[in-house]
Amino acid sequence: MLSIRNLHVAVEGKEILCGLDLEIATGELHAIMGPNGSGKSTLAYVLAGREGYDVTAGEIVFRGKNLLELAPEERAGDGIFLAFQYPVEIPGVSTMAFLKTSVNSVRRYRDEKEIGAVEFLKLIRAKAKQLKMDEKLLQRAVNVGFSGGEKKRNEILQMALLEPRLAVLDETDSGLDIDALKIVADGVNAMRSPERSTLVITHYQRLLGYIVPDRVHVLAQGRIVADGGKELALELEEKGYAMLGLDDGEAAARETAA
Amino acid sequence: MMAMNPDTIETVEAATGEYKYGFVTDIESEFAPKGLNEDIVRFISAKKDEPEWLLQWRLEAFRHWQTMAEPKWSRVRYPTIDFQDAYYYAAPKSPDDAPKSLDEVDPKLLETYEKLGIPLAERAALAGVAVDAVFDSVSVATTFKAELEKAGVIFSSMSEAVHDHPELIRSYLGSVVPQADNFYATLNSAVFSDGTFVYVPEGVRCPMELSTYFRINAANTGQFERTLIIAEAGSYVSYLEGCTAPMRDENQLHAAVVELVVHDEAAIKYSTVQNWYPGDADGKGGIYNFVTKRGLCRGRNSKISWTQVETGSAITWKYPSCVLEGDGSVGEFYSVALTNNHQQADTGTKMIHIGRNTSSTIISKGVSAGFGQNTYRGLVKILAGAEGARNYTQCDSLLIGDTCGAHTVPYIEVANPGAQVEHEATTSKISDDQLFYCQQRGLSAEEAVSVIVNGYCKEVLKELPMEFAVEAQKLLAVSLEGSVG
Repeated sequence: MLSIRNLHVAVEGKEILCGLDLEIATGELHAIMGPNGSGKSTLAYVLAGREGYDVTAGEIVFRGKNLLELAPEERAGDGIFLAFQYPVEIPGVSTMAFLKTSVNSVRRYRDEKEIGAVEFLKLIRAKAKQLKMDEKLLQRAVNVGFSGGEKKRNEILQMALLEPRLAVLDETDSGLDIDALKIVADGVNAMRSPERSTLVITHYQRLLGYIVPDRVHVLAQGRIVADGGKELALELEEKGYAMLGLDDGEAAARETAA
Repeated sequence: MMAMNPDTIETVEAATGEYKYGFVTDIESEFAPKGLNEDIVRFISAKKDEPEWLLQWRLEAFRHWQTMAEPKWSRVRYPTIDFQDAYYYAAPKSPDDAPKSLDEVDPKLLETYEKLGIPLAERAALAGVAVDAVFDSVSVATTFKAELEKAGVIFSSMSEAVHDHPELIRSYLGSVVPQADNFYATLNSAVFSDGTFVYVPEGVRCPMELSTYFRINAANTGQFERTLIIAEAGSYVSYLEGCTAPMRDENQLHAAVVELVVHDEAAIKYSTVQNWYPGDADGKGGIYNFVTKRGLCRGRNSKISWTQVETGSAITWKYPSCVLEGDGSVGEFYSVALTNNHQQADTGTKMIHIGRNTSSTIISKGVSAGFGQNTYRGLVKILAGAEGARNYTQCDSLLIGDTCGAHTVPYIEVANPGAQVEHEATTSKISDDQLFYCQQRGLSAEEAVSVIVNGYCKEVLKELPMEFAVEAQKLLAVSLEGSVG
C-alpha cells in the first residue's frame, strides 16, 4: 500500500524529517507514536501533499504510484484521507453540501458515477447515526461552532463517506473525552478491512487501547527509532519516551517551527 | 422602426448643415456621429419620436451637464474619459451583422456559457446570433405579456411607455433621481437610449418575476439605460436585472439610471447580476459602469430591497439607495462585489431615514483577488424627524492573495438621538488551512476557492430568486478563475 524510503522533509529550510522509512501493507493498521515535535504531523501533511513541506530527498510510493508527483486533491482521489488534528472552519458552507461536493469530486476522479441528492442524504444519515452525530450538525456550516468532539466525529464521518484506501488519523484522540473517544474508535474500527490501511498518529497510548494496531513505530528526531507490535505502545505508556533515551520536550521548538 | 416626424428631421437638419450628407438624410442610419452636443440630443429624441416635453427635459439635462464636473471622490482610477470621443446613439444591430450560427461566435465566450450552465438555446441569443433562427422567443414573450396584461401590470420598454403611458412617465421620470442629480445621471437624462418601465397597479401582486431575459430579443438596451418602476399601494413586484452570462457589448462607457417609487404597503424587490466585460488579465479594456440607482419609499410601511451581485466591469461606481420617507418603511441592501485581475469597484448604498420607525439593513460582501481594488462606501443618514429609526450594517471584506485591496468607507450621520445604528465590519483572507482542507477532501484549488467564496457570500445569495442564485454561484466561480495558483 504505502512505502516510504529515506524521506527528508524541510519546512522553511529547516529539516523536520531526516531519513524516515516506513512500510504499510494493505489491510494493516499502523500507529506512529512519538514525543512532541518529533515530526508526526509533518509526516501526515507530507502524505496529504500540503504546500510548504518540501521533500528534499527520498520517495513515497503509494499503490505503485509516485505520490510526490500528485496534487493534494489527486491524492484524495487516489484514496488518501487525512483526519485533521485541527479541523478547519468554513463559514457559510453547510456541512451537508460540502460533504456532497467532496464525495462527488472524489467519485469524478475515480471515474465513478456522481451521487444524487436523495441517495446521498440516505447515505450520510446512516453514517451519522453510526457515529451518534446529531443530524442538525449537518445543516450547520463546516466545523463552525462545533465542539472539539463534534469536529473529530465530523472527520470520521468524512472518512466513512470517502472510503479511503489509506486513512491517516492525526492526533484524532486529542481533546476527546472518553465517551467521544470510544465513538471515534468504533468508527475507525468499523472501517478496518483487508483492502484498507490505516495510519494512526498519536502521542498517547490511550487511543490504542480501543484501536489495536498491527504495528507500532516510534518517531523521534525525524526518523523511526523503534518498531514493534502493539505491546510496544503499552511499554512506552509505562516507561515513557525516556526508555528510548528521548526527552519528551526536546523537540518542542521544532514542532513550533513546523 | 418608428416613423419619423418630418418636421423633426427638418429641425435637426436646419440646426447644422453638417448633417446634410451625414446620417440624418438617411433615416435608417444606425449611428449618430461621435460626440455630444444639443443636436445629438435632438437626434436621439427624434429617432424615438418623443414628445416635445421629453426633448426639452433632455435638453435641460444636457445644458446642466455641461456645467458639471466629473466626480473624483471615488476610489477608482481610470484614464480621462473623452466624452466627445464616444457614440451616443446606436440603433439595435441589424440581423445581417449578427453571427449566423454559434460557429461564428468566439469560442471563449461559448466556453463561459458552458461553465455557467446556460441552456443551448439561450447561449445563441446571448452571443447575438440572430435569435429567431434558433428558438422562438417571441411566442414565449407573448404568453408572458398576456398574463401580465391580465393582472394589469405594465412591463415595457421605456420608449414604448413614453408613447403608451405619457402621463405616468411625465409624472414619475426624474422624480427620484432628478435630471441634474449627479454628473452621470445627468448625462443619462440627456441621452438615455432605452430601458424598462414597470407599473404595478394597486393591490396587485405581480404574477411572475420580471426579468430582462424575457426581453433578450426586444431591446439592445445599450449603454444609457433608464429604468422606472412604480409600485402602487399594496402591490408587490420582483424585478431581475442583468444576466449572469457576459453579453456582447462594444460600448465602454455605461451610465444607467434606475428609479423606484413605492407607495403605501407596497414592496419592490430589485435583483441585479452585473457581468459586463471586466477587461483582460492585464486590465486592458473593460466596461466603465457608472450607475445611479435610487428608490423612494414614499408610502407607509413600504419596502425596497436591493440585491446585487457585481462581478463584471473594469470600473464599478454604484450606490443603490433608499429614501425612507414613509413611516415604517424598510430599506434593504444585499451586495456581493467581486474584483479580480485589475478590476476596481467602489460600491455601497445610502439609506436616508426621513419617516418615523423606518429601518434599514445593509449586508455587503466584498471579494478581492488578483490586483482587484474593492471599496465599500455607504451612508446611513437619520434625519431629526426619524423617530425610532434603526439601521444594521454588516460589511465584510475577503481577500484572496496579497496583491489586492479592500477598503471600507462608512458614513454615519444621525440627527435623531433615539436612533439605533449598528455597524459591523470584518476583513479576512482565504487561509491556506481552508484551501488545503478542501483539497484534501478532493476539491481542486479553484473549486475550493469557489466553495469558500460562495459560503462567505451566502447571506446575500440567499436573497436572490432561486434560479438566479444558482447561476450567481457559478458566476462567482468563473469570475475567480485563475485567482489561485
